[in-house]
Amino acid sequence: MSNGPVVEVTGLRKSYGALEALAGIDLAIEPGEVFALLGPNGAGKTTCVEILEGYRRRTGGEASVLGVDPDRGERRWRARIGIVLQTTTAFDHLTVDEVVAHVGSFYPNPLPARRVVDMVGLTEKRSSRCGSLSGGQKRRVEVALGFVGDPELIFLDEPTTGLDPGGRRQLWEVVEQFTALKKTVVLTTHYLDEAEALAGRVGVIVAGALVEVAPPRELGGRERALARVTFARRGRLAGAALPDLPGATLEGDMVTVPTGTPTAIVGLLSAWAAAHGEPELPALTVTRPSLEDIYLEMVGPAGHRDDGVPQ
Amino acid sequence: MSAAAGGTGQLPSLLQLSWGRTVVELKQFWRNPSQVFFTFLLPVLFLVIFSSVFGNEEVEGPPGEPPLNFKNYFIPGIIAAGVMSTTFANLAVSVSMEQSVGMLKRLSGTPLPREAYFIGKMGMVVAVTSIQTAIMLGVGKAFFGVELPTDAFHWAVFGWVFVLGTVSCSALGIAYTRLIPNGDAASAVVQPPYLILQFISGVFFRYAEIPGWMQAVGAVFPLKWMAQGMRYAFTPDWLGQEEYGGWDLPQVAMMLGAWSVAGFVLAVVFFRWNRGSGS
Ligand SMILES: Nc1ncnc2c1ncn2[C@@H]1O[C@H](COP(=O)(O)OP(=O)(O)OP(=O)(O)O)[C@@H](O)[C@H]1O
Ligand SMILES: [Mg+2]
Repeated sequence: MSNGPVVEVTGLRKSYGALEALAGIDLAIEPGEVFALLGPNGAGKTTCVEILEGYRRRTGGEASVLGVDPDRGERRWRARIGIVLQTTTAFDHLTVDEVVAHVGSFYPNPLPARRVVDMVGLTEKRSSRCGSLSGGQKRRVEVALGFVGDPELIFLDEPTTGLDPGGRRQLWEVVEQFTALKKTVVLTTHYLDEAEALAGRVGVIVAGALVEVAPPRELGGRERALARVTFARRGRLAGAALPDLPGATLEGDMVTVPTGTPTAIVGLLSAWAAAHGEPELPALTVTRPSLEDIYLEMVGPAGHRDDGVPQ
Repeated sequence: MSAAAGGTGQLPSLLQLSWGRTVVELKQFWRNPSQVFFTFLLPVLFLVIFSSVFGNEEVEGPPGEPPLNFKNYFIPGIIAAGVMSTTFANLAVSVSMEQSVGMLKRLSGTPLPREAYFIGKMGMVVAVTSIQTAIMLGVGKAFFGVELPTDAFHWAVFGWVFVLGTVSCSALGIAYTRLIPNGDAASAVVQPPYLILQFISGVFFRYAEIPGWMQAVGAVFPLKWMAQGMRYAFTPDWLGQEEYGGWDLPQVAMMLGAWSVAGFVLAVVFFRWNRGSGS
């Protein structure tokens, strides 16, 4: 196909009555990319994804998916995209193999149903009725239905919600194999490790606005963020006067030092401890903020934009 | 996963897809034992009750004609009502259920055209109503002495009335889902028109004996015409004269044909395909 972006939206807006669910989103997703949308409950992720899938009509702005306006997607266009919805659909009376093969039969070049069923880890359940599956197994069926048409672009709306850790890893592998073929993934998730493991770029939506788009390791200035050194003032260190540690905080006997130079601080502290006859700093940790820390700071406690997003 | 996605492969044809949908619909039907049980048993139960209550009653004919066994009067009515039940009522309920559990949303996100979904539903109800009707005819003949048509022409009329009745009521059932707010409300919203029509279309009561204005209302809808056309196949001509002022088969064909076309148009206009909750 063309070399342009696979998904391109500008000024995308959606209102539900008085509620502005999407307040002008600009985004371009390139072929072969895994793009993750993060955001608190009700931020607008599903709304955004379902507009791109052609399920919901936008209130304003422009959208193009595989070069087509999703409001006007025809069968040929549908055949090129795969969809995993946030809510799992139960085809209760069909077996796993049957439903995967049936949905595959709608596509020009489906993958073999058996292979897709194996891929999502349902080999043992292939002959069971979907109605008898557990919640996570039903979720895997839904994921299989997204992949069976061998699409160029797949939308995964919280694909791993309800999956056990093994199932999540399995899906990550499926996604990696998929993108190795230069195919594109748009993913929403609440799991930051998932976004970190899979996504080339992460977009954070808060209250309908895209507050940042960045690779996971750069999100929220994470690379430049201060590390924290913590240790306990115990034993012989209990009464000792601390060296000069700018910004250090005390909580009980725990000391926390935010720093841009953790190596130097640890050196300083170990010399100080040794001088007081303690060869080891008790309970020493050096941490950098996790993606989760950064993310939580971005979205604020209630997930509202005005609750302190670092700029 | 192949590297050549969306490359050479052709989209499957409507025929292939419709066939695939029909097979899946039938599987889903057969694997739901309570549905199977009631679909096939309820009309037979009606037959048993009517036969027990009215089994020996007869309809007086004009001078010189033998009286008509009442069973032959009501069996075409029950068959017609059975067709309406498995087509209109069953489809309206099942489509709105599929809508509310998200199955339609799921299907409409794939390249499946909505026509294939419709045709699959129709294929399923045609098969099911055929079996249901065959059971009623068989049971009626074997146990209750119902007299089946004896010549090809009467069978042929029964055949086309059956087909047009099935098609028109199925299409109307799909269109009717627009009035059903959610799956839980489905049977409550579907039952009234279906029940009322049974009373005013000459299914449970003799058409000639209900008030004129009710006849007029009943005559707007397909059930009355289906019952009339089927009754032609099972009863002598003088009954048509008494009941309907003549069989008037051309009008039966016209009404059922018109409802089939109108039903399709309404189904296409009203049916909500590919629309999520937040359209
Ligand atoms: N069909 C609808 N009608 C009215 N409001 C809606 C509709 N769908 C979503 N909303 C509202 O729009 C906002 C965004 O919802 P959306 O489902 O897009 O959130 P989300 O980011 O996917 O959340 P979650 O993480 O919980 O899945 C919410 O406030 C929600 O209540
Ligand atoms: Mg969502």
